[in-house]
Amino acid sequence: MSTDTGILSFGAYIPRKRLQRAAIHATNKWFAGGLGGLAKGEKAIANWDEDTITMAVEAARDALEGVDRATVGTVTLASTTHPFADRSNAGVVKEALTLADATAVGDHNGSMRAGTSALIQALAAAKGGAAPTLAIASELRLSKPASEAEMVQGDAAAALLVGQGEVVARFLGSHSTSIDFVDHFRATGEDFDYTWESRWIRDEGYTALTVAAVKEGLAKLGVAPGDVARFIMPITLKGVADGIAKKAGIKPEAVADTLGATVGDSGVAHPLLLLVAALETAAEGDRIVVTGFGQGVDVLVFEATGKALSPRRGVAGSLARRAADENYARWLFHRGNLALDRGMRAEIDEKQPGTTLYRNRKAVLGLVGGRCTKTGTVQFPKSDISVNPNDHAAHTQEDYPLAEKRARIVTYTADSLTYSPAPPSYYGLIDFEGGGRMMAEITDCDASEVEVGRELTMMFRIKAFDERRDFIKYFWKAVPVR
Amino acid sequence: MASGIKDKVAILGMGCAKFGERWDKDADQLMVEAFEEAVTDAGIETSQIDAAWLGVGFDAMNIGPSGIPLSMALRLPNCGVTKVENYCASGTESFRGAVYAVASGAADIALALGVEKLKDTGYGGLPVRSRGTTFDMIGITGSAPGNFAQLASAYRKVHGVEAADLKRAMAHVSVKSHANGSKNPKAHLQKAVDMDTVLNAPMIAEPLGLFDCCGVSDGAACAIVTTPEIARSLGKHDLVTVKALQIATSNGWELQQGGGWNGSFFHTTRVAAQKAYKEAGVTDPRSQISLSEVHDCFSITELVTMEDLYLSKEGEAWKDVLDGFFDADGQIPCQIDGGLKCFGHPIGASGLRMIYENYLQLLGRAGARQRQTPPSLALSHNLGGMPSQNVSAIAIVGLADA
Repeated sequence: MSTDTGILSFGAYIPRKRLQRAAIHATNKWFAGGLGGLAKGEKAIANWDEDTITMAVEAARDALEGVDRATVGTVTLASTTHPFADRSNAGVVKEALTLADATAVGDHNGSMRAGTSALIQALAAAKGGAAPTLAIASELRLSKPASEAEMVQGDAAAALLVGQGEVVARFLGSHSTSIDFVDHFRATGEDFDYTWESRWIRDEGYTALTVAAVKEGLAKLGVAPGDVARFIMPITLKGVADGIAKKAGIKPEAVADTLGATVGDSGVAHPLLLLVAALETAAEGDRIVVTGFGQGVDVLVFEATGKALSPRRGVAGSLARRAADENYARWLFHRGNLALDRGMRAEIDEKQPGTTLYRNRKAVLGLVGGRCTKTGTVQFPKSDISVNPNDHAAHTQEDYPLAEKRARIVTYTADSLTYSPAPPSYYGLIDFEGGGRMMAEITDCDASEVEVGRELTMMFRIKAFDERRDFIKYFWKAVPVR
Repeated sequence: MASGIKDKVAILGMGCAKFGERWDKDADQLMVEAFEEAVTDAGIETSQIDAAWLGVGFDAMNIGPSGIPLSMALRLPNCGVTKVENYCASGTESFRGAVYAVASGAADIALALGVEKLKDTGYGGLPVRSRGTTFDMIGITGSAPGNFAQLASAYRKVHGVEAADLKRAMAHVSVKSHANGSKNPKAHLQKAVDMDTVLNAPMIAEPLGLFDCCGVSDGAACAIVTTPEIARSLGKHDLVTVKALQIATSNGWELQQGGGWNGSFFHTTRVAAQKAYKEAGVTDPRSQISLSEVHDCFSITELVTMEDLYLSKEGEAWKDVLDGFFDADGQIPCQIDGGLKCFGHPIGASGLRMIYENYLQLLGRAGARQRQTPPSLALSHNLGGMPSQNVSAIAIVGLADA
């Protein structure tokens, strides 16, 4: 067995909806006409029931495709938009992935390069022989209406399984600088960034600091800039990555697409997302340089091994899983930037007792049901007495995870009366392949996709918000298989 | 096998408040309105009531806990009052309590009263509420139409019925009930509608449009029951007795057994119907049942219930409906009083309202909507919950000598 240290597996998740920037500008140009130059292409936007944690779970599931989950030793989640300031966000991801309780978790935040910094730490641990780390970066961007950030940013997540073994990319080393360059900031508890002048950020920040760090890093690692096959600079502003590559002596054709036109800048997730995209097409021996920018620069250098992974969604699949969206008002509402009259049905108290969530954490967060060891009957949720009408066997059930099972619609409706942030609310009875049934919400779907017999896959989503106490209730929903 | 309830209990008197948007009255006043009619009909004094059951669906938004609100409103003689809640079947559940008390000999005269004051909630439709802390983490808190609409999706698939055909049959259900409701002065909705109005109404939960859904109302209904012997001793001649009273409750099979229930029918209603027919001695319901009042919370519910009650063959109710089999002048009228659809649906009162209508029809006291062919055996079906998880209650009442 190879003892290379590097990336064992990778995965990505980009939300399905792509808001058209022209639709944003059509509403805002009376006020912010200067943003017309950015009103091109589209940005990935999370659905109302997605956040940093749910996107992280989906990227992680993608990365764990074909991987024995028992091998994962640590889960880290890097983001500046963790839903919880004090509740392990990576810990929620661990529960959703039904990883062993003996798994270490860590949240990384504090700057736009939290993802690359966490990745460096994970690689260092792997070099020391630690069990693999699932290093996830995920970001749900929040921007003021009519801001430049609103045009530029997008939502996404990426996950890398880092460790020793048969790697897809060998870690050659890293270099970091830390310089308090305040291009933008956001105080704790605030929703929006405050940003300085873009020309200064481009010239003195992105360009000057990154060029210096890349030069130093490559020199330190003995990699000639001209030998770099893929250069990842996660800044989507036009020309920035190209300019840096030129100054650093990297070939123009090595500069990776920043996905600015299709996804937008996904913040902490972006360098990892672009790395996954690079790994999907890398050839054996390709030198890949990843940079992370935020109060200094991280530079990581990998060498692709040419090892192929089992099929997965990845970035390519995520880009293909796309629905154009021109409803700017709906997105503003979903991000809390438009106060619609939601009616009395939205007033229900979503208080979540900690006790019941703890007792049922496997069922709720992991979608773990029960399988009767006597009859083989699968059910959700698990219960003391089996649902099987022919044998109500008691105390015979073992854990039976359902999240990775496909399902089919038995009954459904599109409900316009119940409160949903995205009416109508689709839900119905679904049967899992291999047994088990539940009433499930169907999300990320078009009307034509919901029919009896339709095949579904499960996704980790937000079920409801407790707005009085600022708690988020997560659960699993069904999505049509396309 | 238990010998059953047949002819052991007689209805001494019944009453029903005017259903609708009763902006003028509180719940206790609606209770009094229904009770005064019932107690006058029964010809007894309040002091003669030995025990009482109160059915209410939405307790927290309504009259509050316990049987005390009923005892206070009616100034009952400090007898035992039990409050029951079994979703929308609470009305029939209260009736069951009173009937069982009399049948057991524990009470000579017992009272059942159901009440609901929904129009103080501020909602159109039923209010949203918790179904328990565990369910709320993993279940769907959809609307009532959303839960019942799913029957249609499965029914179409299972029986190969075109969406447009089923939609027309559903519309016929509602048009028929509106026609019936227009003859009922106590009904919430008393205006006839045509097919086009129903078919073109705004969508509530696909495929249920506005007119596929019943109204939610304020109202109360009341029954006073005793033994046939006591009823006769009190001077009653034409007795209506209880022939069968059955309640079936889901145990999770429909909701949780993969590949089991197909979603197109009510498992519990079939169980309750089989037991009720056996109890009443009915062997061929399609020819023996004179009238039915069923839980038509939604048009599709009524339609599939016709099959679950064995009044239509499986997969054929939609044709019977379109043929007018269940119209007021059809073979077995269904909702001759307008049903939940038009009489209204004050949850706790509805099961008793159905029995009230059957009682009036059996005694020939239903006025302009009186069935011309004299009925002898009338069925009421009162369902609580949703297709995948529910309480199905069936009461068959008939003339004592039928």
